[in-house]
Formats: sequence, structure tokens, C-alpha cells
Amino acid sequence: MAVIEIKDLHFSYTAEEEVIKGMNFTIDARSTAIIGQNGAGKTTFAKLLKGLLKPTKGEILLNGTSTKDMTVAMLAKQVGMVFQNPNDQIFKYQVLDEVLFGPLQIGMAKENARRKAEQALEAVGLTGLETTNPYDLGLSARKLVAVASILAMDTEVILFDEPTIAQDYAGKERLKEIVRQLRNQGKTVITITHDMNFVADAFERTIVFAGGKMIADDDTKSVFLQKDVLEKAYLEQPDVMKLCTELGWRESVLSIDEFVSAIQK
Amino acid sequence: MASLNIEHLKYKYPGTDRLALNDISLSIETGEFIGIIGRNESGKSSLCQAIAGLIPNFYKGAYGGKVLIDDIEVKKVPVDELCETVGTVFQNPFNQVTGAKATVYEEIAFGLENMGVPKEEMIRRIDRAMELLDISKYRDRYPFDLSGGQMQRMAIAGVIAMHPQVIILDEPTSQLDPQGREEVFQAVQKLCGQGITIILVEHNMEKIAQYSNRVALLDAGTLIDFDTPQKIFSRVDLEQYGVEAPVYTQIGKRLNLTIEDTGCYPVTLEEAKTVLLRKGGNDPVWL
Repeated sequence: MAVIEIKDLHFSYTAEEEVIKGMNFTIDARSTAIIGQNGAGKTTFAKLLKGLLKPTKGEILLNGTSTKDMTVAMLAKQVGMVFQNPNDQIFKYQVLDEVLFGPLQIGMAKENARRKAEQALEAVGLTGLETTNPYDLGLSARKLVAVASILAMDTEVILFDEPTIAQDYAGKERLKEIVRQLRNQGKTVITITHDMNFVADAFERTIVFAGGKMIADDDTKSVFLQKDVLEKAYLEQPDVMKLCTELGWRESVLSIDEFVSAIQK
Repeated sequence: MASLNIEHLKYKYPGTDRLALNDISLSIETGEFIGIIGRNESGKSSLCQAIAGLIPNFYKGAYGGKVLIDDIEVKKVPVDELCETVGTVFQNPFNQVTGAKATVYEEIAFGLENMGVPKEEMIRRIDRAMELLDISKYRDRYPFDLSGGQMQRMAIAGVIAMHPQVIILDEPTSQLDPQGREEVFQAVQKLCGQGITIILVEHNMEKIAQYSNRVALLDAGTLIDFDTPQKIFSRVDLEQYGVEAPVYTQIGKRLNLTIEDTGCYPVTLEEAKTVLLRKGGNDPVWL
């Protein structure tokens, strides 16, 4: 499992305004969701971790090495990132070529890359579409191609930026299963999302960003119980928890199963 | 009189064998808030494009049946004229904003300028649209300095300033934070109260249930059902169509709790609270 330490991290796109204003935390083995208002610095943080941006002050240590001292190519072997918009990521004419591109670029042997690509396509449910042009697929399937192309790289760290956008019920369930499997394989899984139900269902730990700062970091349930934090970050509780709150329960739950068990007990 | 009538609509994209829209008929009254749901590739976006006239006037292919808005057949109206009747709001406001205007005010004016609306009328409409969407305070801001929710409300203002009778929103809030999303839904609901017909495609079933008067369930290009959210989400075969009911409906189904006067399961937070309090859900034994 990768160890990621964020130390006094700062970043600004322009001289006038800092986007990341001094963050300190460590990513551990738990599946982690990063949530916050639009413009809170979530995607910028992901790009810093991926090495696409370099900190203006402070650093991110990946297994003890600062990302400042690593090239994008070096980081690509350890950190995979699924972009919010698959069109920013996909450029090959066939699904299989797209999924093979990453593993081959990081030096994976051809046979192994092929095996990883096939496994990744199976995980996202796109087996059989290997020769299809990704741009002949709908947005949701194209997003799953982007997910598969990162899974196939078999990196230690996997970052998802808004993976549930455009996904229907089946797509969301598949993504939850992928997060669970990656977690079981000992991978470090970090997701940026506005989908609070997805966070409640699939992530053990939740970090809240607001105005370029980290304002909460705890197990998911504890974070969603902090109303002042949610208000400050323009967030809301997951739907099951909203119902607990409305009913005035002294303790809240996150999932439908927990809610139903509580009533039936 | 129904504002929007769809009669036996069929459509097949060029070079494909499958009907993307398969004999769809439905009537929508003026000022209704309609949710369109279904799994991916079920025909939701195609139906919206047919209502906006993009099918068959932009996307060619085999087309049959009719889409009528107040007896005007949309396929007979050029797309640039039809946008005065049907407005479309895209998923991502970045795709809608022109990028050529320096202020929110000018951005909202863009469509009206292209329509040749007289200046006085233009000013009146822009002020009204900004007021309705609660963005008057941003009138002199640079459009790309707005938050996602503010920018989406600006995009909607640009559409409503053109005074369309129908507004189509295709997953308008999927990229927004929860509060930004709520701001947009409340603004859209306000438009509905002004007599504008709203057609909303959305994967967030809680929002569909909260805001829609009626919901159209599509699968494989076919209209499976068109009814109230309570009736649609109470269907026992919903998952067969790749749709997950709102959290509150799932809880109702699991606990067999229905709303007394309709026999349907709850679909909103308020309805769930009501049926659970009836059962004594505010005091679970386990606490």
C-alpha cells in the first residue's frame, strides 16, 4: 500500500490567488473520498498528486519521495488518474488500444498488458467492445473506457475525478464494486465526487475541502454528522442520513440496510 | 390544450438497425415538470433532441410520427427558429457559455441579440431572467469567475430570456456541488410556476421524485410508463429497466410502508418521514 503524506501543501495558478492554501494530512489504507464545493481545490489537489502540477510551496511525499523530484513519467507508474471528462483522456480509435496504451507506456510487457487490459474491460463491463471506437460509445460507456485504461496500468494509487457523472444505476453499482475490489487488492483509492450517496456507500474515510483548505477528515459517518462543516463546504448529508435527521434519531446511519435493520430490531 | 404532443414518434440514427425511439406517444400540459428516466442508451437524450427539433433537422436518419408544440410540428421549423419555442440547457455550463462575452449580462443577451430583439425589450427580458434565477448581483461579473451553480443558472437565464415555452434540461446539475444543485432545481421549479414546461433528464432519482409532476420511464427507445413519481417508483419491475428507485422508496419497499391514500411507496424525504412516523420510526428500539 502506498503511503502519501501531504505537507504544508500550497498551490496557485496565478500570483494573485492561492487555490490550495496549506494542507497537511496523510492518506492511509482506507478508501478515501474528497468532497467540497465547486472550486474548493479538489481537482487541483488530484493533479498535484498525479504530478501534472507542482506545489508552489510544501510537498507531497509518495512512499517517502517528493513528487517535486519525480517526473510525470515516473509518477505514471505509481499513480493513475481517471479524468472527469473522458474526452480529455481518450484518443485512440479502438477501445482495446486505448486501454493498452497506459500499460505499454509504463513499460509493462506486451502479454501482461493485454491480460491486464482484458481484466480491466471485464471489470467495467465492456468486454466485447474491444474494436469499437470509444467515440461511438455514449458518455457513460466512454467514462468506463477511461476507468479501464487506468485499472489496466495496475498502479498503487488510483484517483477518480467525479466517476459517477452520467452513470446510471448499473454503472454506479459497477463503480462501487471496483472501489471495493481495488481496496481489497491493497490499492490506495481516492475519489473526488459531489455524489454524497456514492460516498456513503463506498468510502471509509472522507476529507472535506473548502476554499483551498482541508476542513474535516474523519470516517465518513463522522464527517456527515458535522453540520457546520457541511454548511461551510456547501455540502449535504447522504439521503439516508437526512431521513435519520428528519426523524430526530439520536444516532444516524449511512445505508439503507442499516436503516431497515434499525427499524426492524 | 396540451402544450406538447408526441404522436407515434419513431427514429433511427443513420447507419443503425435499432430504433432509438420506438413509437412514443405522450401528452404534456403547459407548465408541467416532467422527469425522463431510464438506463443509459434508453432513448432519453434522443427524445429530448426530437422535442428540440434537432432530430430530424440536425441529426438525420429515419423519422416517423410527430412532435407538436401548440399544434406547430417541430420538424417543419428550422432549428434556429425553434430555439425561441424550445430551449435546451446542457449538462456542462462550460459547453453553453459563449466565451465571447465579458459579463454575465452580455452573456445572457447573446441569444436575444441573435434573434434581433429590440433593445428595450432585451433589457426587460434580461432583468427579468436574472431576477428569476437570482443572479442580478452577478450582472457585471466575468462569466467564468462564477461558481458552477451560478454559471448553470446564468446558462438557464440565457435560455429563458428567449421566452421558450418548453425548457429541456439534460442532467443539468451532475457537475455541481449539492448546494449548487439545489439552487438550480429551485430556480427551475420557479420557472415551472411561471407556466414554462420543464423536461428534465436526470439520474438522481431523489431529485426527479422531489420536483416532477409526472415521470416518463423509457427502455430501449420505448415508453414503458408515464405517470406520477409515486406510481412509477412503486413499480415492482423498476430494476428490470435499469432504474434504482429513490432511497426513500427503497426504504418504503423494504419495510412495506405505503402512503395511506394512494397505496404507493414514499418517494420524497417528507413522504418517508410521514409514513415512518406513522409506524413510530422516530423511536427505534435499538437506540
